[in-house]
Amino acid sequence: MKRRDFIQQSLAASTFVTLGGLSLQSFTASSAKKHITILHTNDVHSHIDPFDASHPRNPNQGGAARRATLIESIRKENPNTLVLDAGDIFQGTPYFNYYGGELEFKLMSMMKYDLATIGNHDFDNGVDGLAAQLPHANFEFVSANYDFTNTSMEGHVKPYKIFVKDGIKIGVFGLGIKLDGLVDKRMYKETVYNDPMESAQDMSRILKEEEKCDLVICLSHLGYHYSKHPERISDLIIAKETQNIDLIIGGHTHTFLPKPTIEKNSKGESVLVNQVGAYGIYLGRIDFYFDDEKNVIANGKSIIV
Amino acid sequence: MRKIIALFAILLVFSCSQEKQSVTRIEGKRININDSIAADQNIEAFIKPFRERIEEDMNKVLSYAPKDMHKNDGELESTIGNLMADLIKSQSEPIYKKRTGKSIDICLLNHGGIRAPIPKGPIKTQTAFNVMPFENSIVVVELTTENVRNLIDYLASAKRAHPISGLTLKVDQDFTVKEALINGKPIEEGKTYTVVTSDYLQNGGDRMNFFKDPVSLEILDYKIRNAMIDYFKGVDTIPAVLDNRFIQQ
Repeated sequence: MKRRDFIQQSLAASTFVTLGGLSLQSFTASSAKKHITILHTNDVHSHIDPFDASHPRNPNQGGAARRATLIESIRKENPNTLVLDAGDIFQGTPYFNYYGGELEFKLMSMMKYDLATIGNHDFDNGVDGLAAQLPHANFEFVSANYDFTNTSMEGHVKPYKIFVKDGIKIGVFGLGIKLDGLVDKRMYKETVYNDPMESAQDMSRILKEEEKCDLVICLSHLGYHYSKHPERISDLIIAKETQNIDLIIGGHTHTFLPKPTIEKNSKGESVLVNQVGAYGIYLGRIDFYFDDEKNVIANGKSIIV
Repeated sequence: MRKIIALFAILLVFSCSQEKQSVTRIEGKRININDSIAADQNIEAFIKPFRERIEEDMNKVLSYAPKDMHKNDGELESTIGNLMADLIKSQSEPIYKKRTGKSIDICLLNHGGIRAPIPKGPIKTQTAFNVMPFENSIVVVELTTENVRNLIDYLASAKRAHPISGLTLKVDQDFTVKEALINGKPIEEGKTYTVVTSDYLQNGGDRMNFFKDPVSLEILDYKIRNAMIDYFKGVDTIPAVLDNRFIQQ
């Protein structure tokens, strides 16, 4: 029952015309029955204010108050929207040095973020410094490969979370980067880093087969890809060597992808991998349109990036 | 016949609603956040007091720099590096002495850890954040003479202006150490020496492996940036000097 994937890559989504002829004509967004929107950020690094107009690289870019406007307008367009962050919320401007992440969490809560994973810089005030800011977050954290037993974060981080939007079951799990060598042991304390590939395989199986999720999303802070160390675990490797993951939202490497990457998983099915650089300069947006499974089997699936 | 069709249609709709949903189409893109998007006024108003508090602090003038200071304004030393090493040593000394009864012999930081120059003119709190944006904290290690020699060899082979204080080094044209003095005296075998540095370097940052297994380790719970701010507050004009503490002859 191999599904056919139609992939059309173009910078402008509006250039999408047809997907293989007249037989698919009736099969467009209007016939799709449900629509889920995933919005995402990563490595915002305490960039609450926009860059100055005089900034050499990013003049007038970013800004939490503008991001709030954008998220709200998309939410109005589609109430079935999830807002996710792939970690490194902390560190990068005096807002973090002064308030320890309080303002970052409060603003994300005001923007109604649904979920985040934990980046290495989120340990910059120690695992205790992160735990201390949790009362300011109305959203939850997921990590499937960090074990916080015997730390102040114990009980505050789940491996995954399931959302149900318009009857669609969306499972989101988190993956964190190796801490040893990147974060001072005195900061992460008893936090244990487990193999992310094993966690990804477990999670995707649990979410797809046991929890019967319609969508499986991996929220990762592993990094997009390491060209100098291609064997190092990364989002592209997770995408290729797992199955049942629909979307990997990444962070850490500050990779400004102009559009999501489409990889083939171990079953030859398409996986989207996206990362929107850093500092809140971009908001990632992935729209999933659903139809009855039999129609999808008959007519295939299209990916437009 | 029409009734049958209508019934069939109803049944079809009904059975469709029971059908398992599957992804038929995915669209992915990124949206640039720039000044074309209006700021949310609630969020803006919420940020304002936090921002004003920081700006007030950041713009406070703490001291004065007599000239531009940057990390490549000398050969094997720099004005900003000398300042940093000297101030970290002097700010840490009373805390370390009070806790352990011992004095600090040397300060060693890393060239890469100086993240911005200090421009001529007023030094503000912002300056300390620019030079030291990280949360690195001060530690003091006690090293064997063997590891002190490893430290000196590291500096000679690095050929970089890593900030030092309390230590003077002379190397020849091949970067072989000709003279190494700690507080003006040659290194005594069998003695231990105390070195103040950052937690980052003590944990093997910049491959400073001689810091890894010290005879003793004292964590001061004092951030490098806070030491800078405290120092700036106490001096009218900061020194900007090269004094040949590390030279090639």
